[in-house]
Amino acid sequence: MKKLSDIVSGIVQAINLIITLNPEVLQIAALSLYISLSSTIIASCIAIPAGGFIHFYDFRGKKVLIALIQTLYSLPTVVVGLLIYLMISRSGPLGYFGLLFTPGGMILGQTVLIIPIMMGLVIAALSGVGRDIRDTLVSLGATGFQSIIQIVKEARIAILSAVILGFGRAISEVGVAMMIGGNIRGETRVLTTAIALQTGLGDFGFSIALGIILLSIALVIVAIMYLITSGAIGTIEQIIGGAPRQ
Amino acid sequence: MKKTIPIGLTALIIAALFVTILLAGCTSSSTGTSSQNSTTAQAQTVSGNQSLVIATTTSLYDTGLLNYLQPKFESQYNVKLLITSQGSGAAIAIAKRGDADVLLVHSPAQELAFMKGGYGLNRRSFASNSFEIVGPANDPAGIANMTPENAFTTILLKGTNNTPNIYFVSRGDGSGTQTAEINIWKNAGYNYTQNIEKSGSWYIESGQGMGATLQMASQEGAYTLTDQGTFLAYQSNLTLVPVVTKGGSLLNIYSVMAVYNANQPVEKIQMANNFINFLISPQTQADIGNFGVQQYGKSLFIPMDVSVPNAPAGWVGDHSTPATDLTLAPTAAATTAAANSTAAVNTTAAAP
Repeated sequence: MKKLSDIVSGIVQAINLIITLNPEVLQIAALSLYISLSSTIIASCIAIPAGGFIHFYDFRGKKVLIALIQTLYSLPTVVVGLLIYLMISRSGPLGYFGLLFTPGGMILGQTVLIIPIMMGLVIAALSGVGRDIRDTLVSLGATGFQSIIQIVKEARIAILSAVILGFGRAISEVGVAMMIGGNIRGETRVLTTAIALQTGLGDFGFSIALGIILLSIALVIVAIMYLITSGAIGTIEQIIGGAPRQ
Repeated sequence: MKKTIPIGLTALIIAALFVTILLAGCTSSSTGTSSQNSTTAQAQTVSGNQSLVIATTTSLYDTGLLNYLQPKFESQYNVKLLITSQGSGAAIAIAKRGDADVLLVHSPAQELAFMKGGYGLNRRSFASNSFEIVGPANDPAGIANMTPENAFTTILLKGTNNTPNIYFVSRGDGSGTQTAEINIWKNAGYNYTQNIEKSGSWYIESGQGMGATLQMASQEGAYTLTDQGTFLAYQSNLTLVPVVTKGGSLLNIYSVMAVYNANQPVEKIQMANNFINFLISPQTQADIGNFGVQQYGKSLFIPMDVSVPNAPAGWVGDHSTPATDLTLAPTAAATTAAANSTAAVNTTAAAP
């Protein structure tokens, strides 16, 4: 039983920290969400149009580019951390902006990290739209622009999945957060780096509390994805909205 | 069905935006205490929002000493301290790149090289304690009360002999503690890279901070070298006990330096000097001496007014003269023109 005592007492302490709304735990969770949501939004603004461009326009080296993007799906977080560190260090080319050890620098790093996977999945989503739909669009006399709009509409759920997956990667990574953020308490300490630090110090309760929060966020993400893909949101909308639609 | 989804999607996007705005509110309200301070300050001075990046060793951070001193300094000078804790080696590297404003470490030989290289100003020592060899309570290598050098030699011989349960966890991260460890190996007559590193499974390099390394040693039933402060602070989470606590090579001195380079703003150097003077002030020295006494029954750090035992020349820095220098002392060769150029760092490198 003694071997389990760390885990049990850790979980008890964790529940206590969460129920009492421990300000430090809340602050760390809020900062994590803020940084990862920001980077997801910025990355979406870049990856979705860029993915669309790559899909809809033919150019030399397109296949190579797509292969390269797919390779970067597994871009190691510490490599991004290293590159961005060298860029934004005060003695680096972007040193003037003083981004190292700030949430802004972490947002930049996570954005760079998740752009490839989002872009790749957007391309895959658009390619997934059936050839027959395109042919139908063309045969109905849709202009190029109109058919692009329609194809994007068809692929919207897969595109949304790409965004959510990017967010998942951003909030769960530790390499960029540690190397760019520096794990500064109250400034750049996020869920993952705090867990790494507190576990190292043997403060398992705090780590478990943060782990539970991180898992809860993941659960919410999965729930949203499930609702969207199963079309349940529309159904809920119907129920809440009241007005029946045909 | 298809027609209803876009509305659901719109609702989702609105919800997401709402959450984002809410979060933005949360983060700004969570830093409310500091922004309240700075709003009052903004009325008086523009520099109210100044921040100071401190690169520090894990032992000062893991013990909680810096968290304890941080609010005292912040309220006195109305500045935000951004503390990033790394091993001393990593902290020095960050300072050399100009990514920190203050360096707080415990690796005298590396510090002297840092100062000699023209990367820092106003080195002052502000605390000491000693290193200890800690290990399992049953002392499987039988090293209790040996000198550190004999203890290390015994662990090495038994370890390479594959005696069961003999392990040593090294920081392996170029930290001040590892520098002290290497120094003991050297005093014991071994070449660290040839005789110790990769000499067998008994020698484990954790590559992590002091707290994490102690955890690892505790889990593995291994010996390790630690500073007294971190060990006292985390003893309750560990199954380790101090085994060797006496010996000249166990002296541990903490020093502070203001980071200097050609691009370093004068205000940052001034604020760094304020921090240095804060650390060596009688009040803070007393605070350092009292830190942890209540909780651990013993001081984690010894203030500098207590005489420090014999140490190699230069290891113990000045600890009474206020820090005032804002630039490197000019050498005979350095002209005023050169002092403004980046080359100044190199030309003044030879300065004492």
